[in-house]
Amino acid sequence: MIDIAVVWAFIIAFAVFVYVVMDGFDLGLGMLFPLFPKKEDRDVMMNSVAPVWDGNETWLVLGGGGLMAAFPLAYAVLMPALYTPMIVMLLGLVFRGVAFEFRWRTTRERNLWDIAFAGGSLMATLAQGVALGAILQGIVVNGRHYGGGWWDWLTPFSVLTGLALMAGYGLLGATWLVLKTEGTLRDQAYRLSWWLLFAMLAAIGLVSIATPFLDAEYARRWFAWPNIILTAPVPIAVAAITALLMRSLAAKQDYRPFFLSLALFALSYAGLGISMWPYIVPRSITIWQAASPDNSLHFMSYGVAVLVPIILGYTAWAYYVFRGKVRAGAGYH
Amino acid sequence: MPPSGSYSVWSYGFVIVGGRTNFRIDLRNTSDKIGQIVYESNGERQCGQMDSLFKTLPNPGDQLTKTSRSFARALRMIEHVQTTHGRMQMFEGFDPVILARAQFAFTMSFHIIFPAFSIGLASYLAVLEALWLWTGRDVFLNLFNYWLKIFAVAFGMGVVSGIVMSYQFGTNWSAFSDKAGPIIGPLMAYEVLTAFFLEAGFLGVMLFGLNRVGPRLHFFATLMVAIGTLFSAFWILSANSWMQTPTGYTINAAGQFVAADWWKVIFNPSFPYRLVHMVLAAYLTTAFVVGAVGAWHLLKDTRLPGPRVMFSMAMWMATLVAPLQILAGDQHGLNTLEHQPTKIMAMEGHFESHPHGAPLILFGLPSQAEGKVNYAIEIPKLGSLILKHDLNAPMAGLDTVPRENWPPVPVTFWSFRIMVGIGFLMLGLGLLSLYMRFRGKFYESRLLHSFALAMGPAGFIAVLAGWVTTETGRQPFTVFGLLRTSDSVSPLAAPAVASSLIAFAIVYFLVFAAGTIYLLRLMAVPPHHDEQGPAGNVPSRAAGITPAVGATASGRTS
Repeated sequence: MIDIAVVWAFIIAFAVFVYVVMDGFDLGLGMLFPLFPKKEDRDVMMNSVAPVWDGNETWLVLGGGGLMAAFPLAYAVLMPALYTPMIVMLLGLVFRGVAFEFRWRTTRERNLWDIAFAGGSLMATLAQGVALGAILQGIVVNGRHYGGGWWDWLTPFSVLTGLALMAGYGLLGATWLVLKTEGTLRDQAYRLSWWLLFAMLAAIGLVSIATPFLDAEYARRWFAWPNIILTAPVPIAVAAITALLMRSLAAKQDYRPFFLSLALFALSYAGLGISMWPYIVPRSITIWQAASPDNSLHFMSYGVAVLVPIILGYTAWAYYVFRGKVRAGAGYH
Repeated sequence: MPPSGSYSVWSYGFVIVGGRTNFRIDLRNTSDKIGQIVYESNGERQCGQMDSLFKTLPNPGDQLTKTSRSFARALRMIEHVQTTHGRMQMFEGFDPVILARAQFAFTMSFHIIFPAFSIGLASYLAVLEALWLWTGRDVFLNLFNYWLKIFAVAFGMGVVSGIVMSYQFGTNWSAFSDKAGPIIGPLMAYEVLTAFFLEAGFLGVMLFGLNRVGPRLHFFATLMVAIGTLFSAFWILSANSWMQTPTGYTINAAGQFVAADWWKVIFNPSFPYRLVHMVLAAYLTTAFVVGAVGAWHLLKDTRLPGPRVMFSMAMWMATLVAPLQILAGDQHGLNTLEHQPTKIMAMEGHFESHPHGAPLILFGLPSQAEGKVNYAIEIPKLGSLILKHDLNAPMAGLDTVPRENWPPVPVTFWSFRIMVGIGFLMLGLGLLSLYMRFRGKFYESRLLHSFALAMGPAGFIAVLAGWVTTETGRQPFTVFGLLRTSDSVSPLAAPAVASSLIAFAIVYFLVFAAGTIYLLRLMAVPPHHDEQGPAGNVPSRAAGITPAVGATASGRTS
């Protein structure tokens, strides 16, 4: 018998992961905007994501809507707990999203929308990272409601995870630029990739060290025998991927740095999964406690089984249509 | 006399322990009371209402020291409780429920403008592209590219304001999300899966891809975006209609609504009417914008080919769809009378019951407190004729309903009249345009063009007014008759909700004002020969890829 709540935990985790990797490079690219002052470079950067950013962001709506549908109790507890980071994220996404269109509609205020693009990307990323830290460090629950205060989310740990996500998205953005651009723009993206890789590794290290101190259960989960047999491969794989990524950056390869960065994200994400399982609100609410009634989950399962493969299909097609390097200038008027 | 002991503040309020009396002062809303105080005195548990003297809340987690202002306030409040030992005055200051409602109304009102426009515009673009492919006439491609740029800006604003909505339920209405999530959640998940991904997935190709994929595949992408907008309307209106007329559910032990029959949940009684009414409203909204832009350019030059075509298309929509919409609205009203009579009572201003036929109140000043419409101008028995098709049919009024279940009458009454008034103006423009067509003055009549120009924003106002009518008419419930609005909010203190509301207001006015200016700027120039789409603003990406397709496409477009 398949446990439908577990299936849905994986579906939501999948949606959030797809969001993180897809909007991750958009947001990362946005945060790198100030480092590329030339208008032509910025045009190319924005055009490299303009046809796909909207689809990427839709996974966030699926993550939020899906959480409400499949785990309404978790949604009802987490959203008030993360109230400020969520509002900041949404406002950041507003600035970032409209900049895609507004930037082309004005010359006088273009700089303003460039700032909105970069600032919005930064706000959204920092807020997402802080929210992640706030979830990991635990949330006060009172009955079926959030029981803490509206500044509980702000701790040194959540600030650390916020900065970590900035480094991570930055790396995705830089390696995406390596993949999609040419010339001096790509050279600068290579250099940035190195710095951001080191920053991300430092961040992964610090978060990994801090997490076991948050709660004894996290420490037991990772270091106690026999769990360590299952958890040890994660840091080993991180080391291996890092080595490959460095080699590929040194060899100035096009595609590999981006996909290896994605692999680093996947491993970090798996690490988070190991820490959190089987809680959806750590230490308070398990996935079974939060799960919607079976008939809601079953009803949605048909849709997911049929529609998600189709969605992935036409998303892949859209990426395929806009494949290859983005060039500046040619045909521009 | 001030109690002694330890004091601590919690998210729900604060606790004072010690002495003979233990206080747990709960500032959350519980049932329909706000800011309830539960205190034990001499072992007896009692309740009372918050007093307005405690408007500024201490932050949860604050330690109350004897010097802090919160402490002083708490003591004053406790003394007040001790002296009155009974029900206290209602919380009169800003309350989190009102703020949360204001925030939802604000973010929703901004959001709904864009889908209302893009649902209609996506379909219009599909029609234009189909006409271009069918006839090969350049004017249709020029119009397509012209409106595509406008669509891109409007759609972008719709997307970002829509993402806010999908999180509003959790941030400000967490109790609603917990209770109604198992039903509303799956409907919205289906909206994301069937509509949002379809729109977003094909949008890139629609905006930038004509030269990359060729006209036929490009038309397919446009069609998918248009269908996506309609799927989106289907699911979100199903969810909204279920909140208005809930059917097919049971309630589980945790107090959550659970679907007993998904078919009955989705196709709940008000859904078909609301869907038709809303989709027609979206089409009309777009038609009046397109018509106004056409009229604006015809006022300056009646020979422009693009504006002539778009103006004619828009006025056919007004002529044909405005009367259909009035019929659809009437049917929707009858359905509401059957399932949500209190909403109709508020819309009509029927405070009193009319056993021998109800009047139609044209105008007046409804007073919620007095329970009557002052200065009413009314036509006897017409209300019964419209709603029951019988002059003498008895109609119940709000006097048959307990006051705590009354919707806010003045807002519902007025927003309804604004919507209906605009509906008849739309009909008027449609008929005038038909008359001018037969007189052969369709492209020359300045009267017609000025009227059409003035009616440009009419659709948006009507949509907002209609939305306000149906949503305030549902109050004081979120799920009509079952879940009260005051039981739906998040356990947040007023300052949190107020500050996020202010942040949304500032950002929205800034961003959407800029967007509106850019839209008007795009509309101010007429579509010209060899009009470029959004791809014309950005560098060509065709570098070395599928030259064959690119060549055919440009062969067709030139």
